[in-house]
Amino acid sequence: MPDMLEIKDIHVYYGAIHAIKGVSLTVRQGEIVTLIGSNGAGKSTTLRTISGLLKPKEGDILFEGESIAGRPAQQIVKAGISQVPEGRRIFANMTVLENLELGAYSRDDADGIAADMDMVFGRFPRLLERKEQAAGTLSGGEQQMLAMGRALMSRPRLLLLDEPSMGLAPLLIREIFNIIVDINKTGTTVLLVEQNANMALSIAHRAYVLETGRIALSGSAKELAASEEVRKAYLGG
Amino acid sequence: MDFMSQVVQQLINGVSLGSIYALIALGYTMVYGIIKLINFAHGDIYMVGAYIGFFAVAQAGLGIFPALVVSMVVTGLIGCLVERIAYKPLRHAPRISLLITAIGVSFFLEYTSMLFVSPTPRTFPEVFDSSVAFHIGDFIVNGQQVLIFAITFVLTVLLTYIVQKTKIGKAMRAVSFDTETAQLMGVDADRVIGATFGIGSALAAAGGVLVGVYYNSIDPLMGIMPGLKAFVAAVLGGIGSLPGAVVGGLILGVIEAFVSGFLSSTFRDAAAFAILILVLLFRPSGIFGRDSQEKV
Repeated sequence: MPDMLEIKDIHVYYGAIHAIKGVSLTVRQGEIVTLIGSNGAGKSTTLRTISGLLKPKEGDILFEGESIAGRPAQQIVKAGISQVPEGRRIFANMTVLENLELGAYSRDDADGIAADMDMVFGRFPRLLERKEQAAGTLSGGEQQMLAMGRALMSRPRLLLLDEPSMGLAPLLIREIFNIIVDINKTGTTVLLVEQNANMALSIAHRAYVLETGRIALSGSAKELAASEEVRKAYLGG
Repeated sequence: MDFMSQVVQQLINGVSLGSIYALIALGYTMVYGIIKLINFAHGDIYMVGAYIGFFAVAQAGLGIFPALVVSMVVTGLIGCLVERIAYKPLRHAPRISLLITAIGVSFFLEYTSMLFVSPTPRTFPEVFDSSVAFHIGDFIVNGQQVLIFAITFVLTVLLTYIVQKTKIGKAMRAVSFDTETAQLMGVDADRVIGATFGIGSALAAAGGVLVGVYYNSIDPLMGIMPGLKAFVAAVLGGIGSLPGAVVGGLILGVIEAFVSGFLSSTFRDAAAFAILILVLLFRPSGIFGRDSQEKV
């Protein structure tokens, strides 16, 4: 399968802090790839750089063969990458419907948007029940579903998910991860950032382990889940 | 006239004045909502709007409504330009730099205007037959007051529609709530911020033209006091809240009218700023303001 996303040795700074020190990774079409690592390893920074919120000082990011490094965020959404940010970041004072409409902001095809809205409501029936409600009144799990539905509204070919399990009960985490697998099966490539390495490795095809701004390990999810190093550091023995 | 009729008469005067404050306060509150800037140059934008209206009427011979539209459009563009040149380069700078820049822009607009239009006040041509007045019982509502109130009402409804229902309005609310996430949705935040300045400036321009019609006189420093008053109105209503700006403007106008009518017009400005102090002391979030939760 061809590489959909190729990150080539990027370096990213927050002011003077060198947060990403030469990360390279690839995501092939149709895969679920996970990026695991402890707090502060640079997982979110990597996703924020792909989405155009941060610009790499060095290195390049190719999406479907074309360089997108340093492009403004709105162009990256248009190119076909959307992100479910860490902490969901829904627009709490707007309705569920308005949140979803904003997800489709980059599109002009009213018919396609309507069809995708139905698709999202089909996938997340709870959102349909609450579509006129202010998004801030939803439960944590519902907010995660809204954030995912909102990201799908741009009809991405690559979906970036940042810590979708954060703050959710185990049963809900399982539900969210089932939905991620399902989204992937319907043709969307997924790059998943997680602290919950167990869950992430259980659904991913391949994985990268990030440590203080560098890739420490990479391989198939099965290999990494079995590796002594990963088990000790991230899977609790 | 008995006491009650006087109260009603002052109420009518206050609502007219308050409508002007409301139009200016809307721009203040929109800009604050989106980039957390108290745009101290906003009162001067209102002055620029008044002059453009003046030239549209006096030089180009337009009627009041076309002049209003021309002034709103041109001033809106000037507002976008000011944002692009003065504020956009400071997007990631500390807030204090932005505030100081706003004060600089304010002086720039005041004294550049003086250079071009001279500091001498101009008399706004009579575009509206001031003898038109409605007598309702004992009260007099003159034509200008009806005009001010009607235009403020229409513009407020239009603004509410734009913000609530249109795509750009939703983008404005999204950027105002969480700029970064809005960008992740594909919203071009710079463009939305520019549009916000444009719309806010156009509303201030409408206020400027209406004041020209109401008081007949305009000058390059006319924006200073109403700018400050509109800021008080925005804070009173809850800065960042659109209904707050309108309600705050109307309340302020009415209070000023009552103070002028029943005490002395000398105390008018003092009353406005006393309100600012009281609001900041007892309810800093204003009438409609949410308790401010700083985003992390």
